[in-house]
Amino acid sequence: MHDHSDHSHMTDTEARVRALETVLTEKGYIDPAAVDAIIQTYETEIGPRNGAHVVAKAWSDPAFRAWLEQDATAAIHSLGYASRQGEHMQAVFNGPGQHHLVVCTLCSCYPWSVLGLPPVWYKSPPFRSRAVIDPRGVLADFGLTLPEDTAITVHDSTAEMRYLVIPERPEGTDSWSEEQLATLVNRDSMIGTALADAP
Amino acid sequence: MNGGADLGGMMGFGPVVPEENEPNFHADWEARVMGMVVALGAAGQWNLDQSRFARESLSPADYMSLPYYAIWLEAAQKLMLERGMVTEGELTAGRAIADPIPVKRTLSPADVPAALAKGGPVDRPAETHPTFAPGDIIRTINIHPDSHTRLPRYARDKTGMIERIHGHHVFPDTNARGEGEQPTWLYKVSFTAYALWGNRANPNDRVTLDLWEPYLRPAE
Repeated sequence: MHDHSDHSHMTDTEARVRALETVLTEKGYIDPAAVDAIIQTYETEIGPRNGAHVVAKAWSDPAFRAWLEQDATAAIHSLGYASRQGEHMQAVFNGPGQHHLVVCTLCSCYPWSVLGLPPVWYKSPPFRSRAVIDPRGVLADFGLTLPEDTAITVHDSTAEMRYLVIPERPEGTDSWSEEQLATLVNRDSMIGTALADAP
Repeated sequence: MNGGADLGGMMGFGPVVPEENEPNFHADWEARVMGMVVALGAAGQWNLDQSRFARESLSPADYMSLPYYAIWLEAAQKLMLERGMVTEGELTAGRAIADPIPVKRTLSPADVPAALAKGGPVDRPAETHPTFAPGDIIRTINIHPDSHTRLPRYARDKTGMIERIHGHHVFPDTNARGEGEQPTWLYKVSFTAYALWGNRANPNDRVTLDLWEPYLRPAE
């Protein structure tokens, strides 16, 4: 555990959070064990391996890919990834000359059910402000430079649709199983700030 | 509202700085805030759009500088104070003083998996047909409400194309004001980067937003 802000501010925040939890518990509005269970779920169960499974299946199963294009909500829920912040899903597909990037300029909408909790940078002003006006500059911050003639589509998650980018399947993986393919799918490639890993 | 949360197109924040092997939480309090806010949903004292409005109506300077879970903390306290669930005195004292108000339910540990699995779907049955179809050219309205809206400043009064009909969804603008869900058609609308940003845009690039029918007019 460490923090990036000044120490006194964090100490104050910690004290306020502790006070709040005590008040809410004493008044019966929350059960701290339920809070523990929620935290535990996102620490151990719901994370980007879910999304990697969806992507690897889309790469290896044409029928599943077609279902994802048509009705991503049903296709993703069929794999058991139906939970909060994944109620309504859309998949967008990278391809030759086509790249997709997901942002939420207004808050921090993110597909929790398949990617887990969003990283700090996704929720922060530098990403939220620039992704829509300067997507190529944002990608460069991640070390990704795309050709000028690659069309970038930025999806601003202004409603309750949650977006999952299906990156391009890496070359040289023709004989790979779905389980092997899933190991190449990093989280950022499903947001659009990276490509899938090379084998 | 034109608040600190409506960040699309602003400049001066510097580069995006990804963190290697970032943990879900950078301090225990962040985890507690996330868990408490999610658990408090079961109390049924506010809806999604009211909680978003509570966050975005922080002062812009605070919104842009606080850690994200501190924004959640501020907003949750504000919502609970407004509803009389807690008092300033209790938050200062760190103990219950006043009687609790009746709430819908307290989330138990055993109910957590089901509550997370259920989430909060916002699609609603429709008795109308969508006005627009994929391929239609629309213009967004020019509004600047003091209250909640999901039409960002950078996409107001702009020309775009309907790409897809997502469904019939709760309308945030009325839901946030406590005027009911008033579900309406939700569309995926595509704008050329040039239409939004002018000459600086790459001619190949586009931005899509998910926008409700009341935000849209047929293009003239």
